[in-house]
Amino acid sequence: MATGATDVLMDFDEALERFEPVLGFEVHVELSTATKMFSPAPNPAAPGVDSSVPNSLVAPVDMGLPGALPVVNAEAVRYSISLGLALGCSIAPTSRFARKNYFYPDLGKNYQISQYDEPIAFEGTVEVELEDGTLWTVPIERAHMEEDAGKLTHVGGATGRIQGADHSLVDYNRAGVPLVEIVTKPIFGAEHRAPEIAKAYVATIRDIVRSLGISEARMERGNLRCDANVSLRPRGQERLGTRTETKNVNSLRSVERAVRYEIQRQAAILAAGGTIVQETRHWHEDTGSTSAGRPKSDADDYRYFPEPDLLPVEPSLALIEELRAALPESPAAFRRRLQADYGFTDGEFRDILNAGVLAELEETVSKGAAPAQARKWWLGEILRIANQRGVEPGTLVSPLHVSELIALTENGDLTDRLARQVLELVVAGEGSPEEVVQARGLKVVSDDSALIAAIDEALASQPDVLQKIKDGKVQAAGAVIGAVMKAMRGQADAARVRELVLERAQA
Amino acid sequence: MPDATPVISVADVQHLAGLARIALEPAEIEHLAGELNQIVDSVKKVQEVATPDVPATSHPIPLVNVLRADVVGEVLTQQQVLSGAPDAADGRFRVPAILGEEQ
Amino acid sequence: MSELTRWTAAELAEHLDAGDVSSVEATRAHLDRIAEVEPDVHAFLHVAGPAALTRAEEIDRLRAEGRAPSALAGVPVAIKDVLCTLDMPSTAGSKILEGWVPPYDATPVARLRAAGLVPLGKTNMDEFAMGSSTEYSAYGATHNPWDLSRIPGGSGGGSAAAVAAFEAPVALGSDTGGSIRQPAAVTGTVGVKPTYGGVSRYGSIALASSLDQVGPVSRTVLDAALIHDVIGGHDPHDATSLTDEWPSMAAAARRGKAEGSLAGVRVGVVHQLDGSGFQGGVRQRFGEALKRMAEAGAEIVEVQAPHFEYAISAYYLILPAEASSNLAKYDSVRFGLRVDPGRSTTEQVMALSREAGFGPEVKRRVILGTYALSAGYYDAYYGSAQQVRTLVQRDFTAAFEQADVLVSPSAPTTAFPLGEKVDDPLAMYLNDVTTIPANLAGIPGMSLPIGLAPEDGLPVGLQLMAPAREDARLYRVGATVEALLEAEWGAPLLSRAPKLGRPVPPPGFGTEPDGGTR
Repeated sequence: MATGATDVLMDFDEALERFEPVLGFEVHVELSTATKMFSPAPNPAAPGVDSSVPNSLVAPVDMGLPGALPVVNAEAVRYSISLGLALGCSIAPTSRFARKNYFYPDLGKNYQISQYDEPIAFEGTVEVELEDGTLWTVPIERAHMEEDAGKLTHVGGATGRIQGADHSLVDYNRAGVPLVEIVTKPIFGAEHRAPEIAKAYVATIRDIVRSLGISEARMERGNLRCDANVSLRPRGQERLGTRTETKNVNSLRSVERAVRYEIQRQAAILAAGGTIVQETRHWHEDTGSTSAGRPKSDADDYRYFPEPDLLPVEPSLALIEELRAALPESPAAFRRRLQADYGFTDGEFRDILNAGVLAELEETVSKGAAPAQARKWWLGEILRIANQRGVEPGTLVSPLHVSELIALTENGDLTDRLARQVLELVVAGEGSPEEVVQARGLKVVSDDSALIAAIDEALASQPDVLQKIKDGKVQAAGAVIGAVMKAMRGQADAARVRELVLERAQA
Repeated sequence: MPDATPVISVADVQHLAGLARIALEPAEIEHLAGELNQIVDSVKKVQEVATPDVPATSHPIPLVNVLRADVVGEVLTQQQVLSGAPDAADGRFRVPAILGEEQ
Repeated sequence: MSELTRWTAAELAEHLDAGDVSSVEATRAHLDRIAEVEPDVHAFLHVAGPAALTRAEEIDRLRAEGRAPSALAGVPVAIKDVLCTLDMPSTAGSKILEGWVPPYDATPVARLRAAGLVPLGKTNMDEFAMGSSTEYSAYGATHNPWDLSRIPGGSGGGSAAAVAAFEAPVALGSDTGGSIRQPAAVTGTVGVKPTYGGVSRYGSIALASSLDQVGPVSRTVLDAALIHDVIGGHDPHDATSLTDEWPSMAAAARRGKAEGSLAGVRVGVVHQLDGSGFQGGVRQRFGEALKRMAEAGAEIVEVQAPHFEYAISAYYLILPAEASSNLAKYDSVRFGLRVDPGRSTTEQVMALSREAGFGPEVKRRVILGTYALSAGYYDAYYGSAQQVRTLVQRDFTAAFEQADVLVSPSAPTTAFPLGEKVDDPLAMYLNDVTTIPANLAGIPGMSLPIGLAPEDGLPVGLQLMAPAREDARLYRVGATVEALLEAEWGAPLLSRAPKLGRPVPPPGFGTEPDGGTR
């Protein structure tokens, strides 16, 4: 199999000097409706639905049983319209489903019900905020409704990948999950900011669907999937270059890296007089590279035609206006409001945005934590662990647990050091902070009588120190405090111990 | 617009059989190419009256907005799902190695 | 043959209600008849012997408790193999689905069961309903009870032959381009294609989704109406199902029969389907039927439908296109035949399975449909065909301004000999010239017998068509015409059908003559 290891890359700055990158994105959003797009089976992309048992969330139409028929989920249509409106799109007075025909074992009917020439939403723009606070406008071509495919597991190969596998197993739980595919127009002028814009665009889409409450939007779970199109054209050339479509880019960080990689890879090929093959490429998180996939060819004849089992969707103006009125504020406005409410400086706030933890932070505050505390944890310990592991901070721990952790430190149950320890255990999956504290007995000992007993014992065993304290040499207390903390196995508030030591010494 | 007298070659039928995933025998392809030319030559008559001013009808009885409430209904059991499976393992359908990639 | 099998469903229902006969007796009589004539007719792919008797017992018990689920409770029924049934294989006449037992019932089947009808088995059909003769069934052709060397029509030849041979009083069929009406015509039975959306398609193995419609097959107009009332009405599982409140079709049929007059009814003869080029005896009986209707007070008018001549071309583009997509699911992954020579890829196994599992007509239409939808040809073929559909609808709209019902012969010829057209697809396709326009427009159509062609002594059918949603009008007019003709003949046409049957096999045989699906 082809790996990126052999790709020749051109220095990024040099590549940008010689070529102009043109970007495009197709982002698939799994909607979190209760049921699937065309069947009443529970939607595994909805919160709390357990899809761990394969083929347990399947209605006849999801697996393409003969005679089964699809019926459109009204809520998925509402979600799609809301998303279209949030993307600044026009909502089509008539939109239609079409069949996209191709054979693949994860596709129960061997056609995907999608939308083709009559999507529900078209022509919009999304304002994307870059790291330095600049706003960048991404033009949206369309957003259309479709269904997800099932999941394949490849067995018998060395890598768990399709190549070299002996056989594959198919689970149709995910088949029929409602999707909205958001397609941008070509993005020109991104230049050296192309990777940054890519990441910020996907982050913005994530923020939008989260604020709408229409998707769990967890990239690592595939709720939000990005295909990044990259092409280069030599400076001064009008005609667009041949593009590649990089799939499987499942984190914000990967989006940025994949775009950068493709620019460097394509530039090296073009500079050497080569040509870019129009193909699908796969992003490999481990190697940080893309590899060649399926070439686009005339075999991609999907034979689209209007889905005869379904009728056109014609949303009324009243419905559109109702959904428009219910739109939450845009992520940009939301950010401005939060910054003011939380009293963060521009710099502080930008750090939060760059770490991609605004939504988590907001939720943590909404669960009762002080903004400064929430910021401290998300940008501190959590971000540190996330960077160490190369994952998004939001995947490590839930805002609810962070707020719980903060509450435990605020009321003195945990010291900072203990809280960090508890966080590690929460991340390791041992349960909520409360549960970890209970199970591990990590609570600060706040019962003064236990402390006093330990202090008296320490003072008695170190009469010279006791004398020094009595003589007013307060710093000598350190030795006693250390002994007491050791005796309490760290589960005591050092400040309180110090207070009590001074008190007992004078007694 | 295709040629007025469509000629479907053996290679065309081969290509169509690939799209339709049918491993036609060479003799079948040969035979079908002949028949399809005859049939297409006959049905292309539709082009005579399909002038641009005529809208297309995809559904005989026009309806719109036929939607379903987002309420969980009956699903098949895993056993029912797999009841007709030519091959299954670990609660899933088993297929031989896959050559291509998902689209 | 037991007297019981000669009764219509309506008569049988009366006897069941009166307690003269039990459902077990009625069911057993039909199973015996099946055992007697199946070796000749081959209308069934599966006979539900023990299951049918068990269900009949249950219905008898319910009736004894005063809890009969409907007026038709206990009446046996045959079901076209295109409909999914929980307890019987559902193959759509294809090798690729051999032995497949669905995990759910089609809505029309579920409604029959709920009304207490007793499924006798599954009837033969052209593979995936592609054909006009049942010769494209993967399990062998059905033979016409009027002449065993001739076709019973198709695709629903099994249901029509079963009813004509008194193996079942009523049956279900499906009609995509005439698959209920043309078999009815050539077997001397009644068949109705309801308004598109009038009967749920849920669980009906799809041929062409925008054309398919499930409907009743029977020996009388009233029986068809009784079944229509049971299976019809809105089904939320089918997005194309109409939400209309439907009048009782049975009431319409009874009224039509009682009236005995067509005064005030404008009957439109479609000029383009008036029979020029049709078989002489077909034209003759059609002309006589018109005369009879005029005598009964109908106003006969000629109407023009200039675009009908394009209908068959449009149909043979739309149907293959939709079918090529609908039949993609038969890929050996989830159900059905798998051909795996070993060390093959999934792609190869899919293609080999479809090659082995599909018959020649299915392959022909799937390839044709793939062509019609493929890049560069869509507008010229599929797109143009959808435009013709609009023109055909406009023709109907204009015609129904001049007439309450439209009429034509149901088929251009009487039953042709088995084998005559099986290798000539274009000639086979022309059989549907009269029935296709109704499917393209979604309007209801009925075929009922109007006599035997003098030259071959085989049944001729009259097609009645009404505007969309006016199915009841068909039953009313149809029942009147039926009553007028039967009064003239002195007996139903089927009483003139040849006696079938061989010596009754030993007892115990006959419930499962072939051990299930052949």
